Amino acid sequence: MTTTTTGLRAVPAVGTAHTRVEGRDKVTGAARYAAEIPFTELAHGWLVLSTVTRGRISSVEDAPVLAMPGVLAVLHHGNAPRVDTDYVGMLGMPPDPTIAVFQHDRVPHAGWPVALVVAETSEQAREAAEALVVHYEEEAHDVTFAKEHPDAYSIPGPGGPAVTEKGDLEAELAASPVTVDAVYTTPEEHHNSMEPHAATALWDGGRLEVVDSNQGTIWVAAELASLFSLDPASVHVRSEHVGGGFGSKGVRAHQVAAVMAATVLSRPVRVVMTRRQMFSLAGYRSPTTQRVRLGADAEGRLRALEHSCLSLTSTVHEFIESGAGVARVMYDAPAHHTANRVVRLDVPSPTFMRAPGEAPGSFALESALDELAEKLGIDPIELRTRNEPAVGPVSGLPFSTRNLPACFEEGARRFGWADRDPRPGLRREGRWLIGTGTAAASFFVGAMPSTAAATAEADGTFTVRINAADIGTGARTALTLIAADALEVPTDRVRVRIGDSDFGPAMIAGGSMGTRSWAWAVTAAAGELRERLALSDTIPPEGITVRSDTTAAVGALAQKERHSFGAQFAEVAVDVSTGEVRVRRMLGVFAAGRIINPLTARGQFTGGMIWGISMALHEEAVRDRNTGALYGADLAGYHVASNADVPLVEADWVDDTDPDDPVGIKGIGEIGIVGAAAAIANAVWHATGVRHRDLPIRPDRVITAGPHV
Amino acid sequence: MATAPPSTYSAVTLNINGEKHTLTVDHRTTLLDALRERLDMTGTKKGCDQGQCGACTVLLDKRRAVACLQLAVAAEGREITTIEGVAEGDQLHAVQQAFLDLDGYQCGYCTPGQICSAVAVIEEHAAGWPSAVTDDVRPEAGPPPLTPDEIRERMSGNLCRCGAYVSIVQAVARAAEADAAARADRAEQGTEHEGAAA
Amino acid sequence: MKEFGYQRALDVSGALALLDADPDARFLGGGTNLVDLMKTGVERPGRLVDVRELPLDRIEPTEDGGLRIGATVTNSDLAAHPDVRRRYPALTQAVLAGASGQLRNMATVGGNLLQRTRCGYFADVTKPCNKRDPGSGCPAIEGEHHNHAILGASDHCVATHPSDLGVALTAFGAVVTYETADGPGELPLTDFYLPVGDTPHLETALPPGALITGVVLPPAPVAANSRYRKVRERASYAFAIGSIAAALDVRDGVVHEVRLAFGAVASRPWRAHAAEAALTGGPADAEAFAAAADAELAAARPLPHNGYKVTLMRNLVVAVLSELAEEAAR
Repeated sequence: MTTTTTGLRAVPAVGTAHTRVEGRDKVTGAARYAAEIPFTELAHGWLVLSTVTRGRISSVEDAPVLAMPGVLAVLHHGNAPRVDTDYVGMLGMPPDPTIAVFQHDRVPHAGWPVALVVAETSEQAREAAEALVVHYEEEAHDVTFAKEHPDAYSIPGPGGPAVTEKGDLEAELAASPVTVDAVYTTPEEHHNSMEPHAATALWDGGRLEVVDSNQGTIWVAAELASLFSLDPASVHVRSEHVGGGFGSKGVRAHQVAAVMAATVLSRPVRVVMTRRQMFSLAGYRSPTTQRVRLGADAEGRLRALEHSCLSLTSTVHEFIESGAGVARVMYDAPAHHTANRVVRLDVPSPTFMRAPGEAPGSFALESALDELAEKLGIDPIELRTRNEPAVGPVSGLPFSTRNLPACFEEGARRFGWADRDPRPGLRREGRWLIGTGTAAASFFVGAMPSTAAATAEADGTFTVRINAADIGTGARTALTLIAADALEVPTDRVRVRIGDSDFGPAMIAGGSMGTRSWAWAVTAAAGELRERLALSDTIPPEGITVRSDTTAAVGALAQKERHSFGAQFAEVAVDVSTGEVRVRRMLGVFAAGRIINPLTARGQFTGGMIWGISMALHEEAVRDRNTGALYGADLAGYHVASNADVPLVEADWVDDTDPDDPVGIKGIGEIGIVGAAAAIANAVWHATGVRHRDLPIRPDRVITAGPHV
Repeated sequence: MATAPPSTYSAVTLNINGEKHTLTVDHRTTLLDALRERLDMTGTKKGCDQGQCGACTVLLDKRRAVACLQLAVAAEGREITTIEGVAEGDQLHAVQQAFLDLDGYQCGYCTPGQICSAVAVIEEHAAGWPSAVTDDVRPEAGPPPLTPDEIRERMSGNLCRCGAYVSIVQAVARAAEADAAARADRAEQGTEHEGAAA
Repeated sequence: MKEFGYQRALDVSGALALLDADPDARFLGGGTNLVDLMKTGVERPGRLVDVRELPLDRIEPTEDGGLRIGATVTNSDLAAHPDVRRRYPALTQAVLAGASGQLRNMATVGGNLLQRTRCGYFADVTKPCNKRDPGSGCPAIEGEHHNHAILGASDHCVATHPSDLGVALTAFGAVVTYETADGPGELPLTDFYLPVGDTPHLETALPPGALITGVVLPPAPVAANSRYRKVRERASYAFAIGSIAAALDVRDGVVHEVRLAFGAVASRPWRAHAAEAALTGGPADAEAFAAAADAELAAARPLPHNGYKVTLMRNLVVAVLSELAEEAAR
């Protein structure tokens, strides 16, 4: 038995910079990711994807492949274990049928998983998978996402209803002295986490063990249990280090295929997606076509706002990219209409991708605001200030906090906005035209019920177990600081363990809600543990453990408009003779709740802003109309920003502690990308006088648009 | 030809981080897969397996290379340094320490490749190599200063999807400054030593 | 990737003997393109002959004042070589504009010239491609082609050659040297690549079984005032959408000598002979540069989505030649 003490810390850990608790492991290569945990008798599975876009599998010629060296099994719809998809998953949605691999002969999109080849080595599995002949009855496909589609329809999105309407739009537009009516498009975009999706599955003493790379082990465990009709307690999923997720690392074909193969072969099987396979199996952000109509009085007050967004989904799963949702938060008008619609095509299922809805939606809306400011001759920041709503434009609910004006004020001061000449096309440095632009940002704030356990160990240290996922956000470090403060001990006495479904239910790393949700549970458990320790001066050898469950507390949150806000600023240089666009500097100032760890938070914000650069200038998956498959589906064909594309990007924040959160957190994972592409596009207009309403702003588009100044 | 088909396996000895490893490899096995799947050295990451991301960057004969396009059988006889061999025991390399201190990463998956690449970038710059953003590549112009733009260009073979580029550049700059100072010290000591000998 | 044999050659004659003109065998240099193509199934050799360690890794002056560059010289060593940087600066710039530091350390000069197109249809074995699978069709013509060829293409293939290095070598009149079992040979780079015609799968004029031993750069004093400019869809680590290697010698306001080659617009690095002829002996001003570009680009046959390349190349010619003219005047 050991005595312990808390209450030794004078200075709180939260709010000061701390390097990552797993940092040393990451810089030395010691941190093991999902495909890097060794298993004896490991077999390697390689997915075989359809080469047709729509049709039926008429035969899988597995016999010759089974005779190849090292090949152990070929799983396909004719022999794979059956799974059950008739359930509602953790996120309140039925599963994407894409994950129910090898259950039938239908092919609904190019790159649909049709078989898994398992072999002793990855080289053998790869060659056998490439050699597997699959015959298809091919059918005509439709993959064309046009500006209008006769089959488009409205469905509610993850964040709200399909359509909101108030006021007489046409009447208010007609009565507005200044109007904007423009169509904006964003392309198909892919998450492309640096670590490909990878899972190893094995049966161990009647328990299904899965080592995976995901954004929530409890999520994956629960869905695997549902799919394979298993007792949830008999499924154990671990995912300690995750090489990026951005929304793509949920339940995917590779985990299901690995479990099937491990079941059939009774040995560990690892399935890793290739980079090319990720382009059809890992989800993506739908392309969008958005129309924004704005009407304003001469002083810039909005009288009419319409934002409609069309996205696509697959024929087998309904997912909508709710681009029009952002208008429901940002601006009010007497006539205010928003609508999200979707069309079903013969394409893979899209999914959540960093700032789903807000990222493409803010590009359209914040570009349109800039166009309105230009027409009115009003400064873009002043225009936004004049349209600050008192309450939620659609809900009528109060905002928990809304410190957007403070972000613009601080951002404008630091960026030097006051010196800006609003006229476009005036500034030249050598071959470059220079311009600056701004845009507003917002992202939904929420918390989800979570559980945590805090243990006072006999050696005087503390262990916190929470089923969090650190996909690069710094959550594990943030939770360490939060636990240390709640326990009133130095951070080096606290060890936070994450990424293990045995730790119990908790929010996934998603929706910018992870750290807030987990911190709530950790604070509750640690706070109670501290109180327990105050009453006892000894700790038994097994330690003292306190568990928390925030279900009741989170459920008791009052209905409010809860969002983070931000102001984005960009300076660009454009060579209209070559079409090159370079971002020269960026600044984002955010009101995003209490900042736990400034060191890692800055990286979260700037990382999101760099996604904005990438979205504005580079990213675009091109679907080939004739074959129905992507063109150039790899990292040479699909460009994400390289180091040379990224200038000094700065992020800072204003005080915005959330009054309704025990730690004051809002969430910072997504807001960095919101508005960033619009700020860049607005800066390109300021540089050149040309509006670019189609992303990405590629050189050919700049050249074709020509110099309008 | 009437000769028998060639063997598709070879026994090779790979010199990795100063240690020799003898193994039989399928000729298809890349150095990356040999490290990760045969030698349990998983610090070198597989991001794209096509030479398009840089996550698998290692040093071959002290120069950076992508291990995914290097066949293991063809790496015999070369000096291979992976992320596991960058530190001196428990003492982190200056580049590793700078990445840790300045948060030059988020998810950490591209990090070993970034660090190996940065170690080589500092060497390449010290050797006077120009880059695509060097204004005047003629030798008479002298070595370009290692500005942030030079670091960005030289580090562009390592994609970071988390977007940690800002702190990566700062980390490389900090490590390069320390390296330059150390080189200057050595040069000074070398001069003094020569002077003493003379 | 199918199983294959591997042999390492230590000298040129040994390499030729090992290859034995076997159509199922390939020379392996740096592997940066071949190994990738083997992974994607575009190349399926039964045997590799590793030539990376051949003693062809030197850069030496020729008797007439040019440079001989060995075939296994890495891109990095080529770019860093003082003679190259001093006498052919556009060559260094071209190499440094390509790929990444890691890939340049691996890639060889010989391999660079033999690299295959990065057309997304060619690289994807699930799609038709006349270059990879003769007779299967060219989906780029009616599909995605915004980065395809505007010059010298055919109805059978509109792919571009991806090399940056090759563009500068072409501007400077480089000659490829090779060895076969029957003895040595050489090909000017402008004759090295075959016209596309209806045989886009036949890319070079190298005899079967030949091994590239090096590249000879003839003396070119004009090259001392040269520049490579590359436009791409991100700032680094991307293939060109248009590039230009240019060298200019202006005397008394008159173009004494000019070299121009274009990249990413044709199935091969494109020597702009028509533009060079139009400029030589004439004024060195923007108007003349634009007229020369137009003379070259009159042969352009853009597709619906790559017509911007005509404008881009015209603008690049004017911009880069203007810069060189200004610098020469200083």
